[in-house]
Amino acid sequence: MTSRRDVLKILLAAPAATFTWTEAEAAQAAAAARTARATAKPFVPKFFTANEYKLVRTLVDIIIPKDERSGSATDVGVPEFMDFMMIDQPTRQVAMRGGLAWLDVDCQQRFDKIFVDCTAAERTAVLDDIAWPAKAKPEHAHGVAFFNSFRDLTAGGFWTTKVGIEDLQYLGNRSVARWNGCPPEALKKLGVSYE
Amino acid sequence: MQIIRNRTVYDVVIVGSGAGGGMAAKVLTEAGASVMMLEAGAMFDTRRDSKMLAWPYSSPRRGAAIPERQFGEFDAGWGGWTLEGEPYTSAPGDRFDWFRTRMLGGRTNHWGRISLRFGPDDFRRKSLDGLGDDWPITYDELKPYYDSIDRHIGLFGSNEGLPNDPDGIFQPPPKPRCYELLIKRAADKLNITCIANRLSILTQPLNDRPACHYCGQCGRSCASHSNFSSPSVLLPPALATGRLTMVVNAMAREVTVDENGLANGVSYIDKTSGRENHVRGRIVVLAASACESARLLLNSKSSKFPHGLANSSGIVGKYLTDTTGTSASGFIPAMMDGHPHNEDGASGAHLFMPWWLDNKKLDFPRGYHIELGGGRRMPGLGTGGGMHRYPAGGGYGTQFKDDCRRYYGSTVGFSGRGEMIPNENSYCEIDPTVVDRWGIPVLRFHWKWSDYELKQVKHMHETFRAIIHEMGGTPMSAMPTAAQQYDIAPGGRIIHEVGCVRMGNDPKTSALNSNCQAHDCRNLFLTDGGPFVTNPDKNVTWTILALAMRTSEYIANQRKAGSL
Repeated sequence: MTSRRDVLKILLAAPAATFTWTEAEAAQAAAAARTARATAKPFVPKFFTANEYKLVRTLVDIIIPKDERSGSATDVGVPEFMDFMMIDQPTRQVAMRGGLAWLDVDCQQRFDKIFVDCTAAERTAVLDDIAWPAKAKPEHAHGVAFFNSFRDLTAGGFWTTKVGIEDLQYLGNRSVARWNGCPPEALKKLGVSYE
Repeated sequence: MQIIRNRTVYDVVIVGSGAGGGMAAKVLTEAGASVMMLEAGAMFDTRRDSKMLAWPYSSPRRGAAIPERQFGEFDAGWGGWTLEGEPYTSAPGDRFDWFRTRMLGGRTNHWGRISLRFGPDDFRRKSLDGLGDDWPITYDELKPYYDSIDRHIGLFGSNEGLPNDPDGIFQPPPKPRCYELLIKRAADKLNITCIANRLSILTQPLNDRPACHYCGQCGRSCASHSNFSSPSVLLPPALATGRLTMVVNAMAREVTVDENGLANGVSYIDKTSGRENHVRGRIVVLAASACESARLLLNSKSSKFPHGLANSSGIVGKYLTDTTGTSASGFIPAMMDGHPHNEDGASGAHLFMPWWLDNKKLDFPRGYHIELGGGRRMPGLGTGGGMHRYPAGGGYGTQFKDDCRRYYGSTVGFSGRGEMIPNENSYCEIDPTVVDRWGIPVLRFHWKWSDYELKQVKHMHETFRAIIHEMGGTPMSAMPTAAQQYDIAPGGRIIHEVGCVRMGNDPKTSALNSNCQAHDCRNLFLTDGGPFVTNPDKNVTWTILALAMRTSEYIANQRKAGSL
C-alpha cells in the first residue's frame, strides 16, 4: 500500500519549476552519445548482417546526402537507428530483409553485381525505377513498396536528430511565457491576419 | 487461497482513479467521508515519469510506440488496446478495440483535453426524433455541475450562444495558429462554424496552478499541472483532507454483497504480490471505466443476483457506444516554405468546428464536430515520410532532402468525431470460457455500425475534402468507398466508449436511476461513462466529471440525511 504521506509528496510537489530537468537530461544524454561516438569501437549491428549493413549505409546516404545545410544520414547515425528499430519493432524485419534482398537481386539480374558494387549510373538506373511510385512500372511494385518504407524510415531517423531538427528550423519544444500567436512574417506569408 | 481481509470499514470504496473516481474522491472526502480508492494501475509521478520537453533524439527509438505505451514512448499513458495478461475477445465477425490505461489517474493523464458540454437536445433525442433514448435528467439539471467544474478545473473557450453547444465559464482562448486562420477562412467561405476550441488547459493561473507554457505536449503529462488530469487537480485536495487511502496495482475482482443484498465491499488482487484482498465499505462507487465497471458488475454474481449485480434488467453491457471517427489530411501549397516560428501552442487545435448543419435536411440523423491539426509540429518519426503522396512524387538525394524541408509543416489534418446511435447489436458480455491472468472472466464484445454512422462518416470525408480544396490544397488520400465503410475507425478506436450501464427511470430497461444509483442495490453507484444513455459528438470527459460530481453530492446528502 502506498502511504498517504508518499502519495501527497508525489501529487502536491510537482511544481512548475521542475520541468527543465528533461532538457538538462536530454543535453546530458546527447553529450554522452557524442562521447561514445567519438571513442567507441565500430558499431556492430544486431539485426543487419555485415553485407546488409553495407547496403543500408550506402542507401541512406543516397537518400539523404550531405549538402550545404547539414550532414548525411550516416553522419547523424541513421543506420544505427535503423538497426535498433528492427529489433525494437520485429514486425518490420521480414519486409526490410526481403526488400534489401530484392534490390540486390534486381542489380544482379541487370548488372551481374550487387548494389554496393554498382557504378553511380547503375545505381541511379535501379533507383529511378522505384523511387517515384506513380511513374513506376507494375513489375517494380515490390521494389517501390520497399523503397517507400525505407525512405520513410531514413527520413524519420534523420529529421529526429538534433542536426535534422535544427536544419528544419523547428523552434518549439520550450517553455513560452506568453502565447502571442503567429509572428507578422508568418501571417503575411499565408496572407491571413488576426483582424 | 487465503484472502487478506481489511478490518477497517470505509464509508466509501471507489474503484478507479480517473475522471469519475477522482471527482468522487474529492467530493466525498471533502464532505467528511473516509474513502478507500482502488486503482488497477501503477503510481504515476509527474516529476519522475513525465517526458515533457524531451527531444526525440533523447531516445534511440525517437518516440515510437512500445507495447506498454501505444501512443508513443513519450506519451504519459501506460496502456493500450492490448494489455499483457488481460485479454478480451470479440464475437466472430465483430471487432471492438478496447483501450485501457493502467495508472493513477487513468486516461486523464493523456487525453486530448477537449472539454465540451452536452447540449439540451442531447438529453432528449428520442423525444425529438424517435432514435436512441432520452436521459432521465435534463441539461438544466446538469448545468450547475458543468459550471462548477468549469470554475474549479478551468478551461478556455469562447461564448458563442450556439443552441446545442452550451457556453461555459471560459478563460480566454489562445490566438489561433496561422494555418488555423487559413482553415477558418475556408470554413467561413463554406458556411462551416469554426470557433475557439474548448480545452481544459489554463491560459490564466487558477487555484495555485500556473498558466500553460505552450509546449504543445499535454499528452506527455504536464509537469506544471496547467491542464486537467485527475492526479493534478482532483486527488490532491482529496488527499489533503486526510480521509483518502489509495491502493495502486489493485485489480478489482468482484463487488461483494451482504445477506440483505447491499454492497459491503470489493475484493481485489494485489498485482504486485498476487494476494487476494477484500476491503469493506458502506457504499461502493464504481469508476473503473464503462466496460470495466460493466465487467465487474457482471462478474459479481451471488444467489441474490445470479445475473450479476445491478442487472435484474439484463441491461448491463448493452447499448455500448463509441464516437464515430475518421480522418483526412491535405497538402496546402500556400503552407510550403513556411516562415520558421514556434507554433506548438496549447497542445491541441486552438479552433474547432462544432456541428453546424440540420440533420433533418440530411440522410443521417446525428451530427459530428471536426478537430484540426497540422503545421510545424515537433519533428517525429513521420517527418519527411510519405513523400510519394506529395507533388514531389517520391525521389531521393539532395532534391529529396530539400523537399523534406520545403514540405515540412505544409499539411493540415481533419478528424471527424460524431454521434453513434446506441443499437442492440453493440454490447459487451462475459466471455463464457476466457479468463485473465488472475482468473477473472473477461469481456466479449459485439459491434455493428448502422447506416446512420456510415453515412455520417461519408459526409465527414466530403467536408474535409471541400475544406482542403477551398484552401487550394490536395487531399493526401483518395475518398474512401462504401466497401471500405468510408474508413470509419473500428469501434473503440476513438476511446470514447460509454453507456453499457445505463441510467433511466424504468428499472426494467436501465441499471441505474437518475442519480446513477443501482435500482437493485441502493448503496452502489457509478461515476464513469457507464451511465450514459447516449454518446453525443461532444467528448465525454466533461460530462463524466459533471455527472460524477452530481452523483457524489447526492451520496453525501443522502448519507447526511441518514437514508444511506
